[in-house]
Amino acid sequence: MRTRPGEAGPVRGPVPWALAVPAVAGVAFLVLPLAGLLVRAPWATLPRRLAEPQVLEALRLSLVTATVATLVCLVLGVPLAWLLARAEFPGRRLLRALITVPLVLPPVVGGVALLLVLGRRGLVGQWLDSAFGVSLPFTTAGVVVAEAFVAMPFLVISVEGAMRGADRRYEEAAATLGASRWTVFRRVTLPLITPGVLAGAVLCWARALGEFGATITFAGNFPGRTQTMPLAVYLALETEPDAAVVLSLVLLAVSVAILAALRERWVGGP
Amino acid sequence: MFPTRLTRRVTAVAVAAVLVAGCGSTGSGDAGASAASGSAASAGKPLTVFAAASLTETFTTLGATFEAAHPGTKVTFNFGSSATLAQQITQGAPADVFAAASPATMKTVTDAGLAAGTPATFVRNRLEIALPPGNPAKIDELKDLADPKVKVALCAAQVPCGAAAVKALDAARLKVTPVTLEQDVKATLTKVELGEVDAALVYRTDVLAAGGKVKGVDFPEAAQAINDYPVAALSKAPQPELARQFVDLVLSPQGLDVLTAAGFESP
Repeated sequence: MRTRPGEAGPVRGPVPWALAVPAVAGVAFLVLPLAGLLVRAPWATLPRRLAEPQVLEALRLSLVTATVATLVCLVLGVPLAWLLARAEFPGRRLLRALITVPLVLPPVVGGVALLLVLGRRGLVGQWLDSAFGVSLPFTTAGVVVAEAFVAMPFLVISVEGAMRGADRRYEEAAATLGASRWTVFRRVTLPLITPGVLAGAVLCWARALGEFGATITFAGNFPGRTQTMPLAVYLALETEPDAAVVLSLVLLAVSVAILAALRERWVGGP
Repeated sequence: MFPTRLTRRVTAVAVAAVLVAGCGSTGSGDAGASAASGSAASAGKPLTVFAAASLTETFTTLGATFEAAHPGTKVTFNFGSSATLAQQITQGAPADVFAAASPATMKTVTDAGLAAGTPATFVRNRLEIALPPGNPAKIDELKDLADPKVKVALCAAQVPCGAAAVKALDAARLKVTPVTLEQDVKATLTKVELGEVDAALVYRTDVLAAGGKVKGVDFPEAAQAINDYPVAALSKAPQPELARQFVDLVLSPQGLDVLTAAGFESP
């Protein structure tokens, strides 16, 4: 692994306690709940519960919708990030602020907003319904819309950061050699920031996979069609906490496995 | 090879995000419930009441009555699906009173030995068909809901209004395929109010509480799916005396007046 100039290795000398104590508390805070899931898991009935068709259905739906939502985010989000990082136009700061709103908005509010715009009687939705007979709420496509709405800012922010961090001299050199902005973007910028795009996509995918509030509000809850893993966990908790723990474990295992795989294969690792 | 610092940082952020997302997913329901509970307990003695979502309007009124009769007491509500509330209580949530929309959800609490005394049934509630303004799908009876072209919202079978809906549809020997199974009765009603579904089965009281925003239609099979609402003070109540008094108010003729005015039936 190459070390960049200015990147220091681990600090020498004892770790100051003012940093060590909160850091250890932070680790405990983040890891203990996960350990709790493992300890309280009903291991004896685990195989039987995992084989239930509803679990597999919810898992399949979660993986498919999170992946499609990530693709949607890539197609729309990378150009948007380019616009924010490379184009000059009035109101750019305002635009960036607007784009980050879904990041801080409670997802349930996002779901309500989606209903008011894309619902059957929504501003755009009623037109979609009358012109094309398309109605997004309560469909798998609606799940993708809800997930993409919540997850896209994660991708845009990371890709924009990668673009700002990239060395612009390569782009300038390409431009002086006669390349158009589109060619520069395609042949220089994009290859330069590939790790940033992939990292952003992973972040986006993980957020989409865990999406709950906007999904249940906008897409509703129906097994096999809109009931993703987080929704299944929430409803299982109403009557069968053990089943909820099993579903949570599955979601946890899938997230960790995919993050680990991506880290090694594409994102690189220390 | 890619720059290490960036990837390390990004991987850390990605892992953190998964955890955040996980927390968010379990928290959202609670957040919705506590948002409905209004302001947090201020000065004076706080009384915490966990009540079914369908009791939102009536119990808020009764809470104000209780506060007026007990100066210095602040009643805080946690409204949500009875099943969620029952789980929260068995997991140690600090509640004084539990009012459930079904004996089954109350049983979760009594089985855990957490009710003080035997729960008392204070009202009953029956289902109605709720229709959005204008009734776009032209529904006038229960069997119209079985048409596959009609979009129907039901409560999930895990929560009391969903269990009642299953019972009523079974009694009518109808097979209805809903587009969504909502997590509580208020969420189901919202889908009708917004016009996203053509019909839903909710409680008569919820139709009344929605004012003119939805239209209610009675159906005979509802009589076979009437929900009893039990209330109990909790054995680990931080305010046992106030808890008992609040339960007395709910069971009093004055309490029953408030509840029947909202469409509940006396037990």
